[in-house]
Amino acid sequence: MTDMPRNPAEPSRFQRIWESDVMWSFRHSPVAIVSAIVSLVMIFGAILAPLYAPQDPFNPASLNLMDGLTPPGKVNEFTGQTFLLGSDSQGRDMFSAVLYGTQVSLLVGAASVLFSAVIGVFLGLMAGYIGGKTEAVIMRVADVQLSFPAILIALLIFGVARGIIPPGQQEDATLILLILAIGLSNWAQYARTVRGSTLVEKNKEYVQAARVIGRSPLLIMLKHILPNVMGPVTVIATINLALAVIEEATLSFLGVGMPPTQPSLGTLIRVGQQFLFSGEWWILLFPALTLVILALAINLLGDWLRDAMNPRLR
Amino acid sequence: MKMTIRGLLAVLATTTMLAGIAEARSLKWARSGDSLTLDPHAQNEGPTHTLAHQIYEPLIIRDHTGKQLPALATSWGVTSDPAIWEFKLRTGVKFHDGADFDADDVVFSLERAMQPTSDMKGLLTSIESVTKVDSHTVRIKTKGPNPLLPNNLGDLFMMDKGWAEKNNATKVQDFKNKEENFAVRNANGTGPFSLVSREPDVKTVLKRNDNYWGKAEVPLEVTEVIYTPIKADATRIAALLSGEIDFVQDLPVQDIERLRQDRKLRVNSGPENRTIFFGFNVGDADLKSDNVEGKNPFADKRVRQAMNMALNRAAIQRVVMRGESVPTGVIMPPFVNGWTKELDAAPAVDLAAARKLLADAGYPNGFSTTLHCPNDRYVNDEAICQAAVGMWGAIGVKVNLVSQSKSIHFTLIQKQPPETDFFMLGWGVPTFDSDYVFSFLYHTRAGSRGSWNALRYSNAEIDSKIQTLSSETDIAKRNATIADIWGRLKEEALYIPLHHQTLAYGMKSDLDIPVDVSNQPKLKFVSFKRS
Amino acid sequence: MFAYAVRSLAQGLLVLVAVAFIAFSMFRFVGDPVANMLGQEATLQDRQELSERLGLNDPWPMQFARFIGNAATGEFGVSFRQARKVSDLIRERLPATVELAVLSALVATFFGVLLGVYVAINRTGFISNAIMSISLIGVSLPTFLIGIGLIYIFAVELRWLPSFGRGETVKIGWWSTGLLTESGRRSLVMPVLTLAFFQLTLIMRLVRSEMLEVMRADFIRFARARGLGERVIELRHALRNTLVPVVTIAGLQLGSIIAFAIVTETVFQWPGLGALFVNAVQFADVPVMAAYLMFVAAVFVITNLIVDLLYFLLDPRLRSGGRTAKGH
Repeated sequence: MTDMPRNPAEPSRFQRIWESDVMWSFRHSPVAIVSAIVSLVMIFGAILAPLYAPQDPFNPASLNLMDGLTPPGKVNEFTGQTFLLGSDSQGRDMFSAVLYGTQVSLLVGAASVLFSAVIGVFLGLMAGYIGGKTEAVIMRVADVQLSFPAILIALLIFGVARGIIPPGQQEDATLILLILAIGLSNWAQYARTVRGSTLVEKNKEYVQAARVIGRSPLLIMLKHILPNVMGPVTVIATINLALAVIEEATLSFLGVGMPPTQPSLGTLIRVGQQFLFSGEWWILLFPALTLVILALAINLLGDWLRDAMNPRLR
Repeated sequence: MKMTIRGLLAVLATTTMLAGIAEARSLKWARSGDSLTLDPHAQNEGPTHTLAHQIYEPLIIRDHTGKQLPALATSWGVTSDPAIWEFKLRTGVKFHDGADFDADDVVFSLERAMQPTSDMKGLLTSIESVTKVDSHTVRIKTKGPNPLLPNNLGDLFMMDKGWAEKNNATKVQDFKNKEENFAVRNANGTGPFSLVSREPDVKTVLKRNDNYWGKAEVPLEVTEVIYTPIKADATRIAALLSGEIDFVQDLPVQDIERLRQDRKLRVNSGPENRTIFFGFNVGDADLKSDNVEGKNPFADKRVRQAMNMALNRAAIQRVVMRGESVPTGVIMPPFVNGWTKELDAAPAVDLAAARKLLADAGYPNGFSTTLHCPNDRYVNDEAICQAAVGMWGAIGVKVNLVSQSKSIHFTLIQKQPPETDFFMLGWGVPTFDSDYVFSFLYHTRAGSRGSWNALRYSNAEIDSKIQTLSSETDIAKRNATIADIWGRLKEEALYIPLHHQTLAYGMKSDLDIPVDVSNQPKLKFVSFKRS
Repeated sequence: MFAYAVRSLAQGLLVLVAVAFIAFSMFRFVGDPVANMLGQEATLQDRQELSERLGLNDPWPMQFARFIGNAATGEFGVSFRQARKVSDLIRERLPATVELAVLSALVATFFGVLLGVYVAINRTGFISNAIMSISLIGVSLPTFLIGIGLIYIFAVELRWLPSFGRGETVKIGWWSTGLLTESGRRSLVMPVLTLAFFQLTLIMRLVRSEMLEVMRADFIRFARARGLGERVIELRHALRNTLVPVVTIAGLQLGSIIAFAIVTETVFQWPGLGALFVNAVQFADVPVMAAYLMFVAAVFVITNLIVDLLYFLLDPRLRSGGRTAKGH
């Protein structure tokens, strides 16, 4: 890390990225390549689901209840329909449900993680770098947040929303409310970790040197300290992506998650676990498997990213 | 001769020994929720009464089919004054602490149950006074004739006056008190089991009352009852499968088939005293929750009929309920007075006719609305609503589903005015008479009546007919009025009845506990099969 | 140091009041307790009267002031669901949750650090990869599924362990423990594993990543240059410097463990505070919910305090840093 001014004659942006150390490391890590491919396939598979899914599982009128509980690949005795991954107790095609569910889960997960990371990192930097009253206030607010199970924060947001949003539109707002609720319930972890690392970093010589040459605190925070705290943040963020999806499932357990008419992977797992002892294993297995593979791929990718991005590892 | 006697003795000895072994059995019992309190007059709620029924007894008890049997009263009847009932009490009955049961206890208990903080007072509003005639005779005077008074006494438990006075428990538990009422965690009844220990939500242990008055009449083979609430469905089923529990209530319908296949287990199922249905806001001029401006689609009978016709009850029964329900067209189970086969018939599914009705009503393209549904109250409540939403979607009525916990859902219905335009509800009839259904679900919301009528429906003619039921002593005339009211209400299609809920109990195969229609199994009737 | 502790404590109290405030404002959204407290025959008037007697009709600030006043004296009123003093309920349920949470935290920390160090030292081995993969699968499965899965395998199929409850407990004063009986210990196994699993993977991954980072730091290079053995470097220098963030997370996790215990306790019918809370939410039992939230907040404040102080002790650099920070 140097503070040399940029050379205006450097190669194009794409070239720079492709030849960067990060990409070099990527090209030489089979795990990273495989998990990136799996992640991309799942992400695009989910986004493009409306183009090829056999059914729109979010439209209750398109479901036929008599299709219900058909095992994978078997012919339903009443309707004669066959479903690749079977159908659930509402007659929903599990393949379509998993595709659409992945879409919802990824959206909730990614948006809420981004939301909480931005808030958490910013506040953590402020607390660690500025210290004093700012630090005390931020960290105590973080304590308050941590002392509230995410479920309760979500309940609060839902309760307030119920008062503000007119009935009838509440269904449409659930997704945004979930993102806000899960995001707001997870930022403190970032803030605490970032603050801890910032406390260590800011006394290092390079930061003190930067301060001496009169760089603005904001610039020092973002340019010098931030890259050095990204390691733990990435670890937390990757784990939190899977965590956010699970949190969504837990919320739907309490009746405030995605409604069963627009199921996410979490909702599907929640519904599916009722059939654990009754023999309809496919209702649980496929969403759970999808969730595990998705989380595994993202986590592996995150692990690699962490190693590759950390400047001190090079 | 000698040989015969010796042989006889040997047989006798063996039988007693076998019987002894068979009898010395404890029963580990689980269901999803615990009793809320042992105070018998504090909560009018199923699991609370179920536990109380093992320890305390009412004057008149119902068996598992709903039939009334004498318990602490041996006989009862109206005196020459139709507003006075006389109850002859059982003699020689003792409470668990040894005190005698007599008329003073009955007067005390009924008066206690009528206190303002009692939750049972709603069933006793017709009572004017309770008086002791002699040590084992009690008279109840009602405000006007009440031919159905005994129907209301099935869950009214008798406490010992002396015990309550000694322990400062003469008042029903009050949430305003800072101190706990003694009767909340202690009990002294006349019932077949006495309390050994209780940790609320964790474990309650009862032991057999060897001085029980009815010892000769019922098997009373269970020596000890260990009652454990297990909230999570999967864990409850696991505990039954692993043999840690002998008897489980609240079986999820999807697990019944698998449990039936297990040879070590038995599943009994039967009708419950509860009907599930949907209700509309038929009274308001406009609805907030729909997309129709200036009109209330539900106020039009044709819309309600169309939605009734679009509901495929058989499909819900087969797939969502796994056959564990009885589709219906009326809000009362078959054992309720007033039920007929004709009323029970539901319309056939006819989507074309339903669409035509909608078009006639001025909604050829349907409309959209919001359905409120509980998700922790009835069997598969949320899944039923979801399936129904799909069926209504097929005729163009786009329904948004909002499913939430019962403590939120019921508030929407009970608020004045109600805060839902379209809702799911279930109704049980503890008095086994249609009057109970009319009074709470159809009568105009006023006073003690109509508290669950979220229809905004008010029909003065029907109301006055309903009011005559509570004092009509001519049973034939009364039944005719009931039939008349049902006929008119059915024509109105105010509610969409869906099905009667079915109950299932799971147990070890050496047990055979029949399903109790009130879901309040009485363990004194339980016997073990000798193998 | 003393002044620092005192100030943290004062801030902690402020946190508690804030939690009480937020908690209290939420209660109106969990439903109306009166709907649950009265039977279906209750009239509108009955409901009004009960609301009145419970003080639910009072203006909101008044209810809050009354709640704070009572809470300050440790008085949380009477449970709407059970008609018993909330303080009694909390005291009865506390031992079950504490036993579960502390054992889980110990299991998670011990195995988390152990496995974390192992996978950090043997980065590419087959066992390391296996551990990492299994840990990821574990993180990706919701807790309730792990619990139900364990019950299915060990209680239903193998019948080794009980599927629910605490087994036989022994009373020591008002404390009840399951550690002293065979059935109590057997009952602890599955809930502790379920609860510890997530934290364990978190700590393990954290130890690994921190350790890898530290191993590349300058002072480790110096140590290598000085000719110290690889094991000594790993365990003495690297692990020690890894411990700062690990202590932070582990300390913070105690609170999460108690919060996560809600799910575990429901799955295993564990008679602790989490199960009490779940029942209270469903019944809209406001006094119990309030008391539980205050309890969790108090645990958080205390663990945070301890973590802050440990920071000072573990990382000498922070002592001076802390002082400079105060100068701003």
